[in-house]
Amino acid sequence: MTAIDDRAAAAPHRGQSLRRKEDPRLITGRASYTDDLNITGQLHAAIVRSPEAHAKIVSIDTSAALERDDVVAVYTGEDMADLLGPLPMAWVPPGVDVQNPPHWPLARGTVKHVGDPVAIVLSEDRGAAIDGAEDVFVEYEPLPVCMDIETALEDGAALTHPEIGTNKCHEWSLGGGDIEAGFAAADVIVERRVVNHRVSGAPIEPRGVLADYRAGALTLHTSTQVPHFVRLFAALILGINEEKIRVIAPEVGGGFGAKLQVTGEEMLCSWASRKSGRPVKWIETRSEHMAVCHHGRDQVATVRLGATKDGRLTAIHSKILADMGAYLMLLTPAVPSLGAFVMSGVYDIPAVQTDITTVFTNKCATDAIRGAGRPEATHMIEVCMDQLADELGMDRLELRRKNFIPKDDFPHETALGIVYDSGNYEGALDLLMEKLDLPALEAEKAELAAKGIRRGIGYSTYTEICGLAPSRITGPEGFGLQTGLWESAIVRVTVTGNVVVYTGTSPHGQGHETTMAQIVADKLGVDPAQVEIMHGDTGTGAMGLGTYGSRTTAVGTEAVARAADKVVEKARSIVSHLLEAAPEDIEVHDGKFSVKGSPDKGLALAEVSGVAHVQPEKMPQGMEPGLEETSFYDPENFVFPFGAHACIVDVEEDTGKVKVVRYVAIDDCGPAINPMVIDGQVHGGIAQAIGQALYEHVMYDDTGQLVTGTFVDYALPTAAELPSFETDRTETPSPVNSLGVKGIGEAGTIAATPAVVNAVIDALKPLGVTYMNMPLGPEAVWTAIQEAGQ
Amino acid sequence: MSTTVPVQVTVNGQARNVQVEPRQLLVHLLRDQLGLTGTHVGCDTSNCGACTVHVDGQSCKSCTVLAVQVDGAEITTIEGLGQEGNLHPLQEAFWNNHGLQCGYCTPGMIMAAADLLQRNPDPSEDEVRHGLEGNLCRCTGYHNIVKSVLDAAGKLNVTQVGA
Repeated sequence: MTAIDDRAAAAPHRGQSLRRKEDPRLITGRASYTDDLNITGQLHAAIVRSPEAHAKIVSIDTSAALERDDVVAVYTGEDMADLLGPLPMAWVPPGVDVQNPPHWPLARGTVKHVGDPVAIVLSEDRGAAIDGAEDVFVEYEPLPVCMDIETALEDGAALTHPEIGTNKCHEWSLGGGDIEAGFAAADVIVERRVVNHRVSGAPIEPRGVLADYRAGALTLHTSTQVPHFVRLFAALILGINEEKIRVIAPEVGGGFGAKLQVTGEEMLCSWASRKSGRPVKWIETRSEHMAVCHHGRDQVATVRLGATKDGRLTAIHSKILADMGAYLMLLTPAVPSLGAFVMSGVYDIPAVQTDITTVFTNKCATDAIRGAGRPEATHMIEVCMDQLADELGMDRLELRRKNFIPKDDFPHETALGIVYDSGNYEGALDLLMEKLDLPALEAEKAELAAKGIRRGIGYSTYTEICGLAPSRITGPEGFGLQTGLWESAIVRVTVTGNVVVYTGTSPHGQGHETTMAQIVADKLGVDPAQVEIMHGDTGTGAMGLGTYGSRTTAVGTEAVARAADKVVEKARSIVSHLLEAAPEDIEVHDGKFSVKGSPDKGLALAEVSGVAHVQPEKMPQGMEPGLEETSFYDPENFVFPFGAHACIVDVEEDTGKVKVVRYVAIDDCGPAINPMVIDGQVHGGIAQAIGQALYEHVMYDDTGQLVTGTFVDYALPTAAELPSFETDRTETPSPVNSLGVKGIGEAGTIAATPAVVNAVIDALKPLGVTYMNMPLGPEAVWTAIQEAGQ
Repeated sequence: MSTTVPVQVTVNGQARNVQVEPRQLLVHLLRDQLGLTGTHVGCDTSNCGACTVHVDGQSCKSCTVLAVQVDGAEITTIEGLGQEGNLHPLQEAFWNNHGLQCGYCTPGMIMAAADLLQRNPDPSEDEVRHGLEGNLCRCTGYHNIVKSVLDAAGKLNVTQVGA
């Protein structure tokens, strides 16, 4: 046998593009999302929401609604005085003063943004609940609105929360190295205002809740990424013991961070179920989603990047103003900080500084949306690298290569004291350039220009931080955040030798039922079809903290792998006892626990499990029956995926229309578990970033009215706007976990916006355009061309 | 309760007599009254296409049609297109090519693609992309959806040539 044959025999499923175990129910319409569930006796809820951006609630008249035969109850904020506290915000680093105005499931006294909930109407029928909501009359006294973060801190600005006395929410800084010396050593400093505008996560399944409180216990079905968080905070807010609450995430139709939240609607429907004595169901409309489901990004940064004249980076400083919206939700003020940890990107920069100021406005709250802080940071760095290259008169890839952290310098401690686990940035860029065929692209430029089409090529070389989160690094002893975020798993071998795995993570499209099964199958010598992954239910099995931040594979699957390793250890002990061989001589090979060197002498997992469950008297003396193990995993470090992306655009001079004609992505998330699933994650991330760069923009007018309230105004890219993507991988293992893996779910959104923007600027350079901010819609691009031409 | 009116439809080959509110949308008839929850709702404005079904053989966003308008019509939903063990070539192709992630847009996407392939059995990539522009997906970036539809087209054509 060759080494490759050996590896394939030891891990025959890892690295294979297995088609997904979750798909049969999804392609036949037999999956159950929240809106597909009903409980006998349930009421439907409709929520009355504020049309005002900032107003005092003068009165709420519910009489007309209550007079309707089909309305069962109407509740307002005043009815909810029995809540033990407002909605949670889980990020208060010790020593940092964060203003956190109370945020209630139903507004109390004032409304702070369009869509703020004011009352809930319950009816036997969904349509009748909506009719009833129309009959709730609320008198508002409008108050001045604060809509612009760049003027929000000026004297005389309207205050989002007058009782706080300022629109400033908090300040936080992270730095390393001597920033003044860094800029003093620079021959060239570029400074740019980098805007990262407000976007919506917009999963195609809106949020939904079905809450059932009975006999002192709450069962809450909710379209969430974080069932365990929801349970914890439901216990604290509603005053129900945690063990009496079961939160179930059924089939979840996409998240993108929009469902990484503990929402007012979850608490409201649970409370209303307890109050009314009936199950309560609420399904978000798309218009509600656009107005009230937390948005993402919305930062304006002033970025300074310094270098010597031969292109050696000396310092980077980002001053970030971040729009919190009206309230702080679960992680709202933490989002910009995540970016600060990787503010030096893939480059060796001796001095790095990020200063964050967060600001309240009369808009929907922002929070984590796919990438959360890291797309913003990467955008700042990568756009400014191109600007610096132009300033230096240097090739932009040469500038990047000159400053890459070299591949033999890992683990690499950055100026911030963060340790990058592994990387090979030159390797990723080399492979990208191999795929790109730059001469051919350049050759077409002149021909296209003659037709009024400007071709541009943009690059982005990135790393990101994921695998939330090692407690020693993030906790009070490390960078002074609150805590880490572990995961746990239970691996249970059934009597018949199949495997049930319980994970605390909660996938919503990522394919973990397949990828986790591939890992477990290899470890236990069974087929992935024999491994069932149970997730998204606090009532059955493993504790955990959910799926977000590209953490599931690096933290959750590692926990699964460790639990499986423990099962293997126990199985080896049993087999060694039965075969009278030393435990260290037992290996899993070709689906059997066999003695090294005698592959025909061994037992399949089903035989071992049979002994463990049916004939435990045959097990070693003192060993407990059963074949099941639990693992809790708190990683030692974050993991740092990386890669190199290129975007090719054609821009119509006459209209300003940008067309992405090619997109090439090289990503490295360690050794692949399922390449097809990895590619799928990259495709989706790139599409979402192209959406932000060119089309998507949550907009409010000056009075605080939401302009982009539906999919008519908020333009998700369609198939017709996008090309097929060209993807490939390098595989650099992480030393942090036993699988060597890193996350991949957010890589596309992190890498792609600067590649698109750099491509458009590259295309327009011959016309005199040197810099632009997103979104690059036709009007913005056309205007830039006109202004440059004057 | 509002007045209801009778509607007779054939859904996935089965004749159904139902009473509906005049304002009721087809998608709610299918989901709430007939229990066919494979057809999804993703927006309020007929942009997302998650609710796409076939009405008399043509694709239709079932949130744009009143239930009373389909009186006498034949409707096919994802549940009627193919089932486990007897998958439609498009369902098989979506599975083989990772044409779905969260699965929420998938039934509508498959129904729209089935209509597209009926009208254009051998589409180019560009024709598939434009043919599906009424259906939104947030997970896949459409890459593997387009690949799935082209794969299914190839297989359907082979079947037809062979038949």
